[in-house]
Amino acid sequence: MNWPKYSGLSSLWYLMPNERNNFKMDLKCMCSKEYKKIDKNDLDYLKSITDSSRVFFKDEISEDYSHDELNTVRGYPEVLIEPLNTGEVSKIMKYAYEKDIPVIARGSGTGLVGSCVPLNGGIMLSMLRMNKILELDQENLTLTVEPGVLLMEIAKFVEDHDLFYPPDPGEISATIGGNISTNAGGMRAVKYGVTRDYVMGLEIVLPSGTVFNPGGKVVKDSSGYSIIDLVCGSEGTLAIVTKAILKLLPLPKKTISLLVPFPDLKTAIGSVPKIIKAKKIPTAIEFMQREVILAAEEYLGKKFPDNSADAYLLLTFDGNSKEEIEKDYGVVAEIFISEGAYDVFISDTDERKEMVWSARKALLEALRASTSEIDECDVVVPRNKVADFINYTDSLQKENGIRIRSFGHAGDGNLHVYVLRDSLDEKTWKSKLSQVFKKMYSKAEELGGLVSGEHGIGYAKKEFLSSHYGIEFIELMIGIKAAFDPKNILNPGKICQF
Amino acid sequence: MDIIVCIKQVPGTSKVEVDPETGVLVRDGIDSKMNPYDLYALETALQLKEEYGGSVKVISMGPPQAIEIIKEAYMIGADEGILVTDKKFAGADVLATSYALAQGILHFKRFDLIITGKQTTDGDTAQVGPEIAEYLKIPHVSNVLRIIKATKKHLILDMDMPDSIGTIKILFPCLITVEKDIFQPRLPSYKKRILTMNREIKIMGISQMADKDEKKYGLAGSPTKVERIFPPEEKFDRETWTGSGEALAEKMTKKLKELKFI
Repeated sequence: MNWPKYSGLSSLWYLMPNERNNFKMDLKCMCSKEYKKIDKNDLDYLKSITDSSRVFFKDEISEDYSHDELNTVRGYPEVLIEPLNTGEVSKIMKYAYEKDIPVIARGSGTGLVGSCVPLNGGIMLSMLRMNKILELDQENLTLTVEPGVLLMEIAKFVEDHDLFYPPDPGEISATIGGNISTNAGGMRAVKYGVTRDYVMGLEIVLPSGTVFNPGGKVVKDSSGYSIIDLVCGSEGTLAIVTKAILKLLPLPKKTISLLVPFPDLKTAIGSVPKIIKAKKIPTAIEFMQREVILAAEEYLGKKFPDNSADAYLLLTFDGNSKEEIEKDYGVVAEIFISEGAYDVFISDTDERKEMVWSARKALLEALRASTSEIDECDVVVPRNKVADFINYTDSLQKENGIRIRSFGHAGDGNLHVYVLRDSLDEKTWKSKLSQVFKKMYSKAEELGGLVSGEHGIGYAKKEFLSSHYGIEFIELMIGIKAAFDPKNILNPGKICQF
Repeated sequence: MDIIVCIKQVPGTSKVEVDPETGVLVRDGIDSKMNPYDLYALETALQLKEEYGGSVKVISMGPPQAIEIIKEAYMIGADEGILVTDKKFAGADVLATSYALAQGILHFKRFDLIITGKQTTDGDTAQVGPEIAEYLKIPHVSNVLRIIKATKKHLILDMDMPDSIGTIKILFPCLITVEKDIFQPRLPSYKKRILTMNREIKIMGISQMADKDEKKYGLAGSPTKVERIFPPEEKFDRETWTGSGEALAEKMTKKLKELKFI
């Protein structure tokens, strides 16, 4: 097969229909574009449009920038730049576009699918210095921020003003830019939705250096294609976000968490659809098993308030008065007890919430500490299929002789299933992991689910995406990518590019 | 083992404001909760009861709405509760509070052990526990870290002292104040809430006390006079880290980045 000379998009878009049939077998050989390597002239120019103290070349670049938290995909940029404003980003992009140099943006590097790992060298833009909260508009309930502001800073800032930015993906040291790029979800998605639901406007820099401002401080928007929704979740492949207008809500005055012990996970998860059906929507419904709680106790050196049951649900309710919340959770508590819960424990003070949620937030780290290597499947299934999926992963453990653990969002159907290597040798681990992953993704598909709920596709999950959606869908994505980035310089090799 | 636990209702948040003109705490619209240190006292009592049998009773002094924390103690597992409340008890300092509580405790007739939290989060004096014991003329130990053993007649405990830990044998009846983290407090239970919804809570005013001398209670019985209440000066947080040079350097870099100094 002859690829067109310019093959930015791995050329799939330009294939004749009969050639497209070879798509699958040729997936591996389509990343052949040669980009320009950065030389002294490029470096001098990049320094001249920024500041030499914020430009790092090759050996000056810390190892941290060569990976994200997935840690298995690695690659260094040739040059790392820390831009301070949109003007600098635009000039850098324009230059890279002219010279055919790949560019990748990076926030805190807390991603889990290798999205911010450069596969072709080039320029990395660390957005961490663009970290200002620009404006709180209390009349429109919006917050305008630069991309490098950390989630914990946003949460604290708005809460001090009695306002609320609901997306809460757990990783509070992540940047808002990174959250927008993956359309981060988090624990409050059951009631409040995901990042995309809270982005009202963006300032973006296109690969050509052009600056656009899709959306704005408007509640409604029926003005053509939603560029915002495309950029949200595009993992830095379409444009660079340099500013975001976020939607805020009034801060709910009270929250109460419930910790519900069950005899087993099946009963626990099986009761969740009944809660939803009763039209009592908690902000979060998390599930966890005794074994991971014990691991978290050991990891934190702190006891969990109860560890006698095999499985737990952890829910949060919010509202404006204690009475309102008590009424809601009373109904829920009765449902749980009639479904077989041992009891319903109430966590209503800061100390108690800290006690249960610190354990929930430490589960992943605790699990990591309990084994030699870990890989994760972040599928999302319809809410009433969570129990089916979890039971399936349980059966996979026995079938494949490998430890599989899961915990996460029982309320929104987004599962975090962890496959643990323990003492398996490299070859056995890889082969078992691959088998188990294939089975899990195909089970998710069978249940009407999708490849990723909130971590994204990046590098690590793209084959699962293509096998899920099939060639025509991937072609459509490639076409969108081409419209934004005709020279394919922005984070190449991710999501839909092979 | 019959155990009495002293509990107190405190503001639900640490962000309490002081009215700059009157010097009075702004309590409007502020939630209240059981003093977090008392949860450790209650948990210690429940653990002892589970191991050695007996009963757990709670007593609190405060305004009528403090009844909420007695209900909460029932949801956690307490068997019986008394609220000591009377307008004449208002404005009590630690001494008058201890006296009123000691009088209230006499109502329980018999007990082996009184447990209090180390201190409260609003007053922070850590004096009420020991003063109750002095009024009741029973031995007491503060800052208990661990209960090593209990028999029908005594407890053996570890007590936290500034530079060392003392192991102590103390005979019943006695009073101990327990440190945070002696046990992990359990959460209130919905099932117990339903079960104890109508359980009696005894209310005691000055007329139910053995000693009805008004001069010993409230403001009249308080030798402490508060001249002024003012917000503390802002402090700058300090953290001490230990570890290898390399790990510390990384931690420091991370912290400086987080604080946006670099």
